[in-house]
Amino acid sequence: MFKPFTPDLTAADVTPQSMWLNRRQLLAGGAAALATGSIAQPTRAGTLTPNTLEEITSYNNFYEFGTGKSDPAKYAHMLTTSPWEIKIDGMVDNPGTYPLQELIGDLDIEERIYRFRCVEAWSMVIPWNGFELNKVLDKVGVQAGAKYVAFETLVRPEEMPGQRGFRSNIEWPYREGLRLDEAMHPLTMMATGIYGEPMANQNGAPIRLVVPWKYGFKSIKSIVRITLVDKEPPTTWNMLQSNEYGFYSNVNPEVDHPRWSQASERVIGGGLFQQRKDTLMFNGYEDQVASLYEGMDLREFF
Amino acid sequence: MNRVQVIGHRISGGVRKVPTWPVYLLGLLPPAWLLYEGITGGLGVDPVKVMEHQLGIWALQLLLAGLCITPLMRFARLNLLKFRRAVGLLAFLYILFHLVVWLVLDIQLRWGEIWADIVKRPYITVGMAAFVLAIPLVATSWNGAVRRLGAATWGKLHQLTYVIVLLGAVHFIMQEKVWTIESLLYLGLGIGLVGLRLPKLVGRLRARSDQKLTPG
Repeated sequence: MFKPFTPDLTAADVTPQSMWLNRRQLLAGGAAALATGSIAQPTRAGTLTPNTLEEITSYNNFYEFGTGKSDPAKYAHMLTTSPWEIKIDGMVDNPGTYPLQELIGDLDIEERIYRFRCVEAWSMVIPWNGFELNKVLDKVGVQAGAKYVAFETLVRPEEMPGQRGFRSNIEWPYREGLRLDEAMHPLTMMATGIYGEPMANQNGAPIRLVVPWKYGFKSIKSIVRITLVDKEPPTTWNMLQSNEYGFYSNVNPEVDHPRWSQASERVIGGGLFQQRKDTLMFNGYEDQVASLYEGMDLREFF
Repeated sequence: MNRVQVIGHRISGGVRKVPTWPVYLLGLLPPAWLLYEGITGGLGVDPVKVMEHQLGIWALQLLLAGLCITPLMRFARLNLLKFRRAVGLLAFLYILFHLVVWLVLDIQLRWGEIWADIVKRPYITVGMAAFVLAIPLVATSWNGAVRRLGAATWGKLHQLTYVIVLLGAVHFIMQEKVWTIESLLYLGLGIGLVGLRLPKLVGRLRARSDQKLTPG
């Protein structure tokens, strides 16, 4: 039904906004829209079938709202996402605190259907809406010495119960980071929506990172700060358990997490008897990203 | 007797007339309900994990409940001893279901991964150890076994329950990504309930070593 993002696609192949808007009409209009036959259905071999919006918005890890999978859906409505500003600092030409709309500006919002693989060995397929991170970085101008990009999530305990009192078991803000070449890679995106809907709070509204070849926790949510630096930045899960979560955290079925195997994954959405699936190297994006890690021992740099 | 003990004693009188078989029947209802909800979509988008987790939690709760029976007798004169076997057997059944859900629905009999998990993942090793240790207890849970082993040996063997409860609680903590109040609470309760037995256990050990030291 949907086409996955593959590197041999050109800009022309990216689902245009009008089409996914049409799809929403299809969902809304049902048979009537079908009858007109006006909707082009891009199909190709090896298509990914996205999870439903309900699945994507009801099963989340977002510890700012609690450690349970349903906590974010339960509590994230408290979060105010407008106005929203992102501070961009460090080794950039135009540092500053940008209102979100100003930062997005005239960037085209495109749809990318990506596999999403959690370090806990479950997976989904998600139709994101957003733009490539490199477009934002180009806007602010990355300086020559910058080697890494650091990200921070909002800290607002009064709206994020997981950041309060005895439930708070992480040193906030939640921090993530990428090497500059990973950040500039065309697969790496900043997402502002799913299924053409504005990003649900529990999924990291109003704007989050999506790095499809890395474990889900790298795709930091509700971003308020982006810093260009020359040294590998500290990242939250690595700070908590450095032997379990590396800086890179690339999806790799051959390098197990110390407490569980990464060889296969539970596919979310198929019910009680859903077939387990073999995990793919770099989550299926090996052709696109393997060259980033040439010559690196992925067991050492896990 | 204090007031609590008077109440406990009175309840014990009522409980004496209650047969044990309904306990087994009641105990089977939650897993049956869980399976029904899982099949009909009532457990959310990741039903396997919910079933697995819930059965494990219930097993731990039953184990802890089993450990409460003797202290209730001692401190509150509440005699629930006749239900202890049922509670223990149900706890094992829940552990078994928990294991089966993991093997069949979660890891789906990928034996290579299963074996690697048991050997290489400490929390699974700990959980499996608890399960294996529980097998001899179930095998000797019938009246005849008590007679054959002798009450003293049987009692000593069933002290393994303490180890199983603690392993279960540790297994629960180890599979989590961060410390949570819930998992620490279970371990705290386990340590407390096993701790109540310590004076007796230590006393018995001391008596035994004294015996060895005494000549003749």
